[in-house]
Amino acid sequence: MSQQGSKMRKVKDATSLEVLTLRLDGHLFALEASHVREILDLGPVTEVPSANPFVNGLINVRGKVVPLADLRLKFGMEKTTATIDTRVVVIEIDLAGDQTTIGLLADKVYEVTEIVPSEMEETPRIGMIWRQEYIRCVGKRGEDFIIVLDIAAIFSSVLRDRKDNPAKRNAA
Amino acid sequence: MKTADPREIFQQEAQDLLVQLEQALLDLEHAPDDSALIDTAFRALHTIKGSGSMFGFEAVAAFTHHVETAFDKVRQGTIVPNRELIMVTLHARDHMRQLIEAPESADTAAGEAILAQLQRAMEGGAPQAAAAPAAAKVVVDATWRVRIRFPRDVMATGTNPLLLLDELRALGRATVTPLVDDIPPLDVIDPTACHIGWDIVLTTAQPSTAIEDVFLFVRDEMTLEVEAVDAVVPAARLGEILTERGDVTAGAVQAALEQQKPVGELLVKDGATSPDKVNAALAEQQHARREAAPAAPGAAAKANANSSVRVPAERLGELMDRVGELVIAQSRLRQIATTSADQQVKSVAEEIERLVLELRDTTMGIRMVPIGSLFGRFRRVVHDLSRDLGKEVALTMEGEETELDKTVIEQLNDPLVHLIRNAIDHGLEDPDGRAAAGKPQQGHIKLSARHAGMEVLITIEDDGRGMNRERIRERAEERGLIAKGATIGDSELLGMIFQPGFSTAAAVTSLSGRGVGMDVVKRTIEGLRGAINLSSTPGHGSEVTLRLPLTLAIIDGLLVRVGSGRYVLPLGSVEECVELSREEDARSRGRSFLNIRGDLVPYLRLRELFACKTPADPYQKVVIVSSGDLKVGLVVDQVIGDHQTVIKSLSKLHADVEMLSGATILGDGAVALILDIPHLVAFGQVREENQRAAG
Repeated sequence: MSQQGSKMRKVKDATSLEVLTLRLDGHLFALEASHVREILDLGPVTEVPSANPFVNGLINVRGKVVPLADLRLKFGMEKTTATIDTRVVVIEIDLAGDQTTIGLLADKVYEVTEIVPSEMEETPRIGMIWRQEYIRCVGKRGEDFIIVLDIAAIFSSVLRDRKDNPAKRNAA
Repeated sequence: MKTADPREIFQQEAQDLLVQLEQALLDLEHAPDDSALIDTAFRALHTIKGSGSMFGFEAVAAFTHHVETAFDKVRQGTIVPNRELIMVTLHARDHMRQLIEAPESADTAAGEAILAQLQRAMEGGAPQAAAAPAAAKVVVDATWRVRIRFPRDVMATGTNPLLLLDELRALGRATVTPLVDDIPPLDVIDPTACHIGWDIVLTTAQPSTAIEDVFLFVRDEMTLEVEAVDAVVPAARLGEILTERGDVTAGAVQAALEQQKPVGELLVKDGATSPDKVNAALAEQQHARREAAPAAPGAAAKANANSSVRVPAERLGELMDRVGELVIAQSRLRQIATTSADQQVKSVAEEIERLVLELRDTTMGIRMVPIGSLFGRFRRVVHDLSRDLGKEVALTMEGEETELDKTVIEQLNDPLVHLIRNAIDHGLEDPDGRAAAGKPQQGHIKLSARHAGMEVLITIEDDGRGMNRERIRERAEERGLIAKGATIGDSELLGMIFQPGFSTAAAVTSLSGRGVGMDVVKRTIEGLRGAINLSSTPGHGSEVTLRLPLTLAIIDGLLVRVGSGRYVLPLGSVEECVELSREEDARSRGRSFLNIRGDLVPYLRLRELFACKTPADPYQKVVIVSSGDLKVGLVVDQVIGDHQTVIKSLSKLHADVEMLSGATILGDGAVALILDIPHLVAFGQVREENQRAAG
């Protein structure tokens, strides 16, 4: 985690960042390309009962059972039905010590692009509707903003929430 | 893959060698004269010393050196491997293990004490050295070239050349080449005459007179040449052999060599010799090569021992994954092929299906390990316990070749050690007790393994006093596990020993408190999707049977559908399937019990548990599953059928969903979830209680 924090501060003098851009509910988001393994069409999804709604699906990625996460739910957007543009971005991250493959739902996937340091900005403290801890940095693209997600932070929060939950339940 | 640390490799190899050493020592106790065992022990020590110093384990090398010296003396017959020496060497082995595994925490003083003991043991062994075996007679094999030409009428005098050849072959390793040059054309052949000569290359420990003796009765009529061949020069060149045999002149060979073609072929073409003679020389060449190969028998044995390959477990896992994918892709191909009219496509699809299934079985086979590798470790446990407790114990093993998934075997070690300890400590009486009960002084523990369908049964039997049912009942009542005077089934009563913290031992012995209780044994076995059965006859002993699935990678399951999701129930816990009648369905909205042959079985609606939104099928089915002694019905929409499948574990993101034990991929590529029956039942009960409380 501390590594993530240090990266954020270094944005100003960072080298350029290769990212995959995608759309979620009309907003332009991006993932670091180094995490991305492949992009697939959406196949059959198996629902996992009583799992966290954010990751309540399982898909088959080349014979591996991979959890499917819907980032829309993490950012307070409505769940939608799949369209012809819907894709699964397969990423690989370190999750509490395990290399974990995860599928991410995207309304549309655009391209792999480079954000040069001059286009990068630190996450503004205010004026953002998303939780700051999930965002690595913001890139400017003409008039548009690209929100680069901190994928590791997002998924670590799933594990953390679970640890916190029992306490909450007991309190309630 | 990063290159493995050589020190790690040494540690792994040393583990194997230490196991070999231990086995050899334990065997040696019963067969102190077996030189093969002494050699094995010595070789293990020697290798540990050698590679230890090579990889910087100086302490190991220095310590092992002393033990090796002792065994060198045993090998030479100057001292005998008596009980004391073996005991000390076993201690030394344990110390070596410590030195190898955790060099920094090893106790030097203990090592020195062991070496001092070793010195005493060696002195104790020396006086009996008179019984040392006589120096083995060294026999060196020699290779002989034998040429036999019988007179034509040899058969008329009642001699059968073939019998003579057989006799010759019995002397050693022989290569026989017939010479058929002299056989006349068919129209002039005399069928009663012998037209064939033989060239034989024989490697034998017998002297050349033994070869001549074979032909004792025909010696005078026949031509017999016996000359020594230097077999150590592995493969002389063909030309050299031919020249040496006098079949060709050196000049002809030289001429042929200059043409740079196969020598034999050219010599024949030039008329310098006949094809038969070249064949005979070729046979000699091959014989020489064969003899040269096993020249160092140790080397051959070593090659054999090294024919297994160490592979990291995760690579096997990857292989298994790939094969799983292949099986799924193949089942899609089969679907396409069945709808296709093209015969060629169909036949290829069938062939691929066969190959894929074979590949799957082979891949599964790689993970299987004979259980003997585990059983072997218990000999030491029994040996030590028998000494510590002063009870004579004989351990017999059966079915060591029974194969089981390696991951299962690894997890079986602790439970089995505990069960064996229990059997010896609590099961077997002390020598006086046994004498009083009219039993032989030596107690008997039997460890056996066998296959039964998709399961492996491992049984630990003892011929001790059996479990004390009164005492178990007393303790269970004391602890409030059963009501006073309540009637309770025998297996249920015996099952009490699996309760956490349950002990009937009156006094705590040095063996108690090792961290593994019977409850842990039970939990481990259940974690492996296995079960434990107990039986015990007072005065005659107890028997514990572990039932384990062949592998953890594969599950035999029942595929069911709930809403739009498909789920796999482990077939081992499925008791039966019944239909939920409409009346029953309508009646039991709140509390739900089914009457199964007089038993009231509660049931859970998986649709409710999984919050299914799709409409329910009109005829709901109930799958009765058992979890421990609890039977529970699971209401599903459809029972699809039998399904054997590869288990995939879930990621950490789903580790909190306790009702699932994993997932699997179905033939159509979709993911199905594997239900964890014990947790599901617990989950359902909590939910039902909440409903009851709310309602």
